[in-house]
This record gives sequence, structure tokens and C-alpha cells, in this order.
Amino acid sequence: MTRGNASAFTGAMSPSVRLQEMIRVIRGARTQGEERGVIQRECAAIRAQFRQADNGTRSHNLAKLLYVHMLGYPAHFGQMECVRLIASPRYNEKRVGYLGAMMLLDEKQDASLLITNSIKNDLSHSSQYVQSLALCTLGCMGSAEMCRDLAPEIDRLLRASNSYIKKKAALCAVHIVRKVPELGELFTPASRSLLSEKNHGVLHGAVVLITELCERNPDTLEQFRKAVPELVQIMKGLVMSGYSPEHNVAGISDPFLQVRILRLLRILGRNNDTASDAMNDLLAQVATNTDSSKTAGSAVLYETVLTVMDIKSESGLRVLAVNILGRFLLNNDRNIRYISMTSLQKIVQTDHNAVQRHRGTIVDCLKDQDASVKRRALELSLALVSAVNIRSLMKELLLFLSSCPPELRAHTTSGIFNAAERYAPSQRWHIDTILHVLTTAGGDVRDETVPNLIQLITTATELHCYTVHKLYRALITDISVQSLVQVACWCIGEYGDLLLRGECEETEPVQVAEDDVLDALEMVLQSHMSSPATRGFALTATMKLSTRITHNVDRIRSIVSIYGSCIDVELQQRAVEYNALFKKYDHMRAAVLERMPVIDKSSPGHTNGESAGGSIKEMEPTKLTQEVVLPQGPANQVCDLLDLLGGSGEPLQPSPALSTTALGPVSSTAGGDLLDLLGGLDVTPVPPSVIVYEKNGMTLKLQTDKQTDTGMTITLTATNSTDRDITSLTLQAAVPKSVQLQMKAPSGDVIPAHGLGQVTQTVLLNNPNMVSLKMRVRVCYTSQDFVCQDTVQIDSFPSPAW
Amino acid sequence: MHFLLLFSRQGKLRLQKWFTPVPEREKKKIVRDMTTMVLGRKPRSCNFLHWKDLKIVYKKYASLYFCCGLDAEENELLALEVLHRYVELLDKYFGNVCELDIIFNFEKAYFILDEFLLGGEVQETSKQVLSRSIEASDMLQEVCFGRSCLLSVLSIIFSVVL
Repeated sequence: MTRGNASAFTGAMSPSVRLQEMIRVIRGARTQGEERGVIQRECAAIRAQFRQADNGTRSHNLAKLLYVHMLGYPAHFGQMECVRLIASPRYNEKRVGYLGAMMLLDEKQDASLLITNSIKNDLSHSSQYVQSLALCTLGCMGSAEMCRDLAPEIDRLLRASNSYIKKKAALCAVHIVRKVPELGELFTPASRSLLSEKNHGVLHGAVVLITELCERNPDTLEQFRKAVPELVQIMKGLVMSGYSPEHNVAGISDPFLQVRILRLLRILGRNNDTASDAMNDLLAQVATNTDSSKTAGSAVLYETVLTVMDIKSESGLRVLAVNILGRFLLNNDRNIRYISMTSLQKIVQTDHNAVQRHRGTIVDCLKDQDASVKRRALELSLALVSAVNIRSLMKELLLFLSSCPPELRAHTTSGIFNAAERYAPSQRWHIDTILHVLTTAGGDVRDETVPNLIQLITTATELHCYTVHKLYRALITDISVQSLVQVACWCIGEYGDLLLRGECEETEPVQVAEDDVLDALEMVLQSHMSSPATRGFALTATMKLSTRITHNVDRIRSIVSIYGSCIDVELQQRAVEYNALFKKYDHMRAAVLERMPVIDKSSPGHTNGESAGGSIKEMEPTKLTQEVVLPQGPANQVCDLLDLLGGSGEPLQPSPALSTTALGPVSSTAGGDLLDLLGGLDVTPVPPSVIVYEKNGMTLKLQTDKQTDTGMTITLTATNSTDRDITSLTLQAAVPKSVQLQMKAPSGDVIPAHGLGQVTQTVLLNNPNMVSLKMRVRVCYTSQDFVCQDTVQIDSFPSPAW
Repeated sequence: MHFLLLFSRQGKLRLQKWFTPVPEREKKKIVRDMTTMVLGRKPRSCNFLHWKDLKIVYKKYASLYFCCGLDAEENELLALEVLHRYVELLDKYFGNVCELDIIFNFEKAYFILDEFLLGGEVQETSKQVLSRSIEASDMLQEVCFGRSCLLSVLSIIFSVVL
């Protein structure tokens, strides 16, 4: 075989040597600059040569230019030369000209149209090799216009030419159909008859063309369904034939043709029972008889499996196909394992049980060295999770998480969370799993994980003790994983009392003192690893502990006051508010920092656990004088109140009016303001009153007075018959949703003993919808050194009620 | 098949065949992406990759990477066979082909490829038939070239004589 040099006849004159010489020189350039210089010189010489008349070196000059082009340098000035060379009668010039056209011209260049005529002529050339050049070029870069022009020529060649040309014409037709789909109809008759050819090249081309036609035109598809038996015959011939030296590849007779026929059968059998039936036996035969020890056989088996799964095959065949994929999973060849998993992924929804049988192997592939294989195994494993296998599969997934490549971690964590959420066998398992993920890969979890986990923890009421113990232990081990630290802080703040109690059913209790717990939280607060959000969590948790611990409240007070001058604005604001809670509103602190109720997953407060939780708890001191803050009481009480209000999930409506919180030292100016407001009311004759509450010597009476059609004024009067003053009296009220409530400031918060005085508070009601009026009043007071809190329901009002 | 690329271990392009119309700038980008992705693979990884909506199949032969881009429905294992067949053809033609052969005879590599694939599809599945037609084309080229050289040599002689 020649090495591509010109024949010895022309010896030193051969320009091909000059091409190779140029290549050598270019490669010898030591720097980019040197190379550019050489190429510039060469291009100049080539341009000069192009301008000259024909001197027999044109093809080699163009070849040089093409080499330069491949290196990435501009070569557009060679386009016209391509056109000229294509028109040349000499084969060697045509050859390079057509190559140049394929490399330099694409359908967007104007010059490409100029070669249409040459191609047309060459399609009818006496030499089949010239015809071949034209066909190849048209099939590579022919524009839609060129295709339309030359399609009849191609059709002619499809019918009447030798095999060498027919096979090329068929593929050229494929290109034409891709460019101009309407021309498909032109080629349909010819392609049908090509199926009876014996030549493999032609047959292959025909099958590719028919595939293309059927994919684009449903009518054509319908027509070619009739050809299924013929295709089955051809395929059978290939599979059953003995050794054929011409087409044999690793024991498979013409795997290229086999695969294309299988692909065509897939398209024809899809959604069609008759066609699928006709190919059933064949597919079974191929599946069983094909030797898959080498890639060629595996390629055929792979295509068979794809076809079986896509057509309406009988169940036995489907099981056979899935088993082949299962066998592939055990193959030593990584490629085969990979494509097996991509195929299983496609059918895991439709043939779930069949794929489940191979779960063990799939899970083993999680440990494969190859990253692509690992990724596929992960996808499949997540798709295979079910209620039955959740425990064992999760073990594997968690194991995988600890050693998985960084680019897969986020996907793995979110997959694990989804699976856990859907199939968790128990709440404890669920919490354990999430905690495990946070400890292993807490940096790669989604933002919603923290509120989701908090929500989960609140619902698992029996596990509060267990959870807080686990989280405390995790916190003192490592405070670098923000998500974990945030959840831990929240839990400790919320359930710190359970931690300090020193007993736990589900796990080994810790023996910690209050100082230890506060130490842990302070560590988080001060650590440079903690993000601002995390520090917010820690500060709020510290504050919450003030109502759950007994001895170290002062320590908490000092922590909180320190952060009152923190640079971080959020922390500073919180600290200032908490400080206020200690100083001015100490009596409310217990109520405000009470245990939270179970968070409903769909409630607005849920989407951003911490800040919503904070806002439910936190009060803004600036608004205190305007709002009645109704803190979340113990769960059952809240529910009852909510029942009253029509079962809504929202917290009690804060009353917009001046409120009960103007208690304790009220500045005179504030009092003045209050009095001004009260000055606007009409005074009516005293209507009858009713006693609504009587306990511990404290009596609360209610008087109603109807002012307008929809408005009412109620006066609550509290008296004290004990021998000691009742102090810290607060009254709060709740009414049905459509009713508007306005509570005026009470006259005071101390009820003198022995009935010597009373406290009154006016409540304005507006009932525009005229609903049935009910009211709940919560009284809170200190009597005989006991803090009392009670709720009273008022269903009927003494005088005109609606 | 959308494209077929050959590049060296250093990322130097040795052959590029585009079966779909792609703007020049896009071609350069694809070549860059392919070389980066393929050269970045660990030695015993599998030969398949995903890139945008294409399946990428690549195989290393000595110092050359053969890389092709496929549609979603095409068979990756068969693509490996296609690449292998091309290497066999080159090997038969050049006799123990090496990278230098392809560098210095790039146009031959293209001619062989154009006999094997047309519009991204396999034209001929028989190795022998392919080799014969490649030989025949070369013979035709020799004859043509020889003839034209003979003519130019003769014209030189005549011009000297006259």
C-alpha cells in the first residue's frame, strides 16, 4: 500500500512532498509566533499560486491550505479555488476540491451554490469514483436548495446503478430528507425495493433511509409496517448464518446492519400489536443466541433490549430483556454496566418489579470506581426506593454519602430526604436519618432542610427528649456544620429542660449542668465558624432557656445584654428586644417563651422556620404599646381558641388598639394619650352587668352597651375581696374573625384588697357581619404570691346581644 | 452521528468531520469542550459521556483520541465499533498507523473516512470492500496525476527542444 506520496515517476517534482515539507516546517516552529510567521508566508505563496494559471499544483496548494485551516487559521480565500477544482476534469483535483468544499464551505456560504452544477454533472459521470465524490459532498454539506435541485438525480441513482453507488445514494437521500422532509415521498418507492438487495452496504443504506422516512411521516410508517416480515427474514438470515468472513465482527455477522434493522423494527412495532407480534419470535431468538462476550455482540443485545421494551412485546420477552440488562450489570466491561443502568433507568417506572430484582447489583455499583457509573447507580437506587426496602436501601445510601464524589453530594442528600419523607417507617428513624445526613454532609443540603427538620421534630412529640439529647451530643462534638448547629440550637432552646432533667427513655441521658448547656450555646455564638443566621439561632435559644432553667438566668441576662451592642444588626436587634423582655416585660417572658405548638407543614410560619418562629415569639418593643400580644399558649388552649374563631390556623389577631401592655410604670404622657382616646366615647346610662368570672377572691363583671347597630361597648370590671392586693392584672380578649376588637387601656393593674377599689377596662366591638357574638377573655393576675391565669368564655351578653 | 474528532494527548486537533451544519465559532467551542472533557477523564473510566443533549463516545488509540457525538437514539456500543472499524481501515492503509501518518497524510485520512461514513452513517459494512474501493480511488488518482505530470514534463521537454 502506498504511503500517499506521488509515484516515483515524478520524483522530486512531486508537490505532495512540498505539502509534507510544509507540515514539517510548521511543526518545527518552536513558538506560536514562529508558527504564525511560517503560515503567513505559506498562505501568501498559496494565494499567489491560486491567482496563476493552471500549473498542476493547484490541488496540493489547496491541500496545504486545508492543513492550515485545521490548525485554526482563516482560509476563506480558498473557497473559490474549491469551486474551480471541483469543476476540473482531473480526478485528483476534484478529490481535493470536494474535500475543500466539505471543509471550507457550508450551506451558509454563497459559494456553496456555485458547486451545485458541478455536482449535478458529476452525479452522472462515467467514473463511479467521481459520482461517489459528488454524492459524498452533497450528503455532507448540501443545503436545502441544493437538495431540492438534485433530489430527482438521487432518486434515479437509487433505482438504476451499481451497488457502490446505490448505497451512497441511499445515505445521500437520508441527508436530503433531513434537510427537506417533504422530499421523503419521492424516495419512498425506491427505498421499498432496495430491501430486496443482497448487498449489505445497500441494505444498510436502505434500512437507514426507511428509518428516516418512517420517523418523519406517519403514513410512510404505516406503509412500511407491511415490510416487517421481510425485515424479520433478513435479520434471521444474519443471526443464523454461519461464519461470513466479509461481515464478521467478533463472531457476529454484520453487527452494524443488525443494529439498524432492530432499530427500524422498534419504530415499526411501537404502539402496534400486529407488528410487535410478528417480530416477537425473532427478538427472542436474537436475545438468546447472541454472544455478548465482545462489544459487537453486546451492541446487538443492547439494541434488542431497547426494542423489546419499546414495542408491545409479551411479558415473557420483557422479563428476558430485563434479565439481559441484569446480566450486563455484572459484566466486567464498565461501558456495558453503564448502558445497562441507563436502560434500566428508562424502564424503572414501567417495569418496576422487574428492575427491583436487580437492586442488589445496582446498589453494588454505587461502589464502582467510575464517576459516571456511580451517578447512574445513584439515580437508579433512588428510583427503586420503596416502603419495603427503605431501611436496607437507606443504609447503603448513607454509606455511599460518606464516600461519594463531591459533585454528587447535593443530589444524594436531596434524594435521601425525599425518600425518607415518603417512606419513613417511624419518626425516630426519620429523625435519625436526617441527623446522619447532616453530620456527614451538612454542607450540601438544601436550605429548606433546617425548617423541615424542625417541623418534623415538633411533630414527634414523644421523641423530644431523645432528639434534644442526640442534637446536644452532636453540637458539642462539632459546630462547623451550620445546618446541624442551627437545628441543635433550636432544639436546645426549646427542649432544654428535658436535657437538664437528666433522664431519657430512648437513649443514654447526658448529665449536664445548666452551665454546660449555656457554654455550648455561647461557643456557637462566639465561634468564627458560625454564620450570622446560626448565631441568631443560638441567641434565641439562649433566651428561651431563661424560662427553662432555674439558676443561671443572670448569666443569660448578661449574654443578652452583651449582644445588645453587637455589630451584626440582626443580633443586635434581637438582643435589645430580649433585654426589654427581661426589664420591662418580665411578666410576659414566660408566656412569650413558652413551648411552641406543633408546626403545621403548610402554615405560613413553616416555610422559614426560624424567622417565623422568632416572629411568633418575639415582640417588637416599639409596637408593644399598640398591640395586644397574644402569645402562643400551650397547644390545647390555642386549639380551643382557634375552634372558637372558626378553626383557623392563624394566631390570634392582635388587637390594633392601645392595650393591656401599658401596665406597670406607664409614663404620664402615654397615659395622657390613652385618656385622649377614651375621651371620644359617649357615656351611656349604666346597663346591667353579669359576673363572668369569680375565683380566688377575684371577680370580673361584664357590662354591655350597644352604641350603634353593629358596634358595642363592653366594660370589664374587676374587684378583689381578698385581704391582699391583686397585682399584675392583665386582661386579653378574643372574638370571632369578622368581629373587630379594640381594647382600651385598663384603669390600672392593681386591684385593692377588701373590695376597696376596682379595675375597669373598656372593650369596643364592631360586628359588621352581624355574626353570633362570642368572646373569650383571659385573665392573668398575681394573688397571694401565686400567678393565676384563666380563660373565660362568654357566650351571651347581658343586654342587647345579636 | 453529529461530528467526529481526532485529537492528540495535548489537545491538538488532527481531524474534524462535521455531519451537521455548525457555525465556525460553534465548531471551535465544541472542539474545546470535547478536548477538555475527554482529556480530563481518568484512565479506566467508561467511554461514554453526556454533553448537552448529545451522547459522547470516545476511545483512545495510542496517542490519539477518537471522539464522536451521537443523538439520543443512537447505540453507543455500536459507535465504539464504528470508531474501531475506522482505526482498522487506517491501519490497513498505512500499515501500523501512527499519529504521524495521520498528521502528514491528513487528506488521505479524510478520503478513507469519506469512503466509510456518509452523512454520519455507515456506508459499507465490509472491511474488504472498503479497502478495495480506497485502493481503486488511489489508483485513479495516481493515474490522473501521473498523466498530468507526464503532460507537464513533456511540455517542458518540448519547450526546451523547440
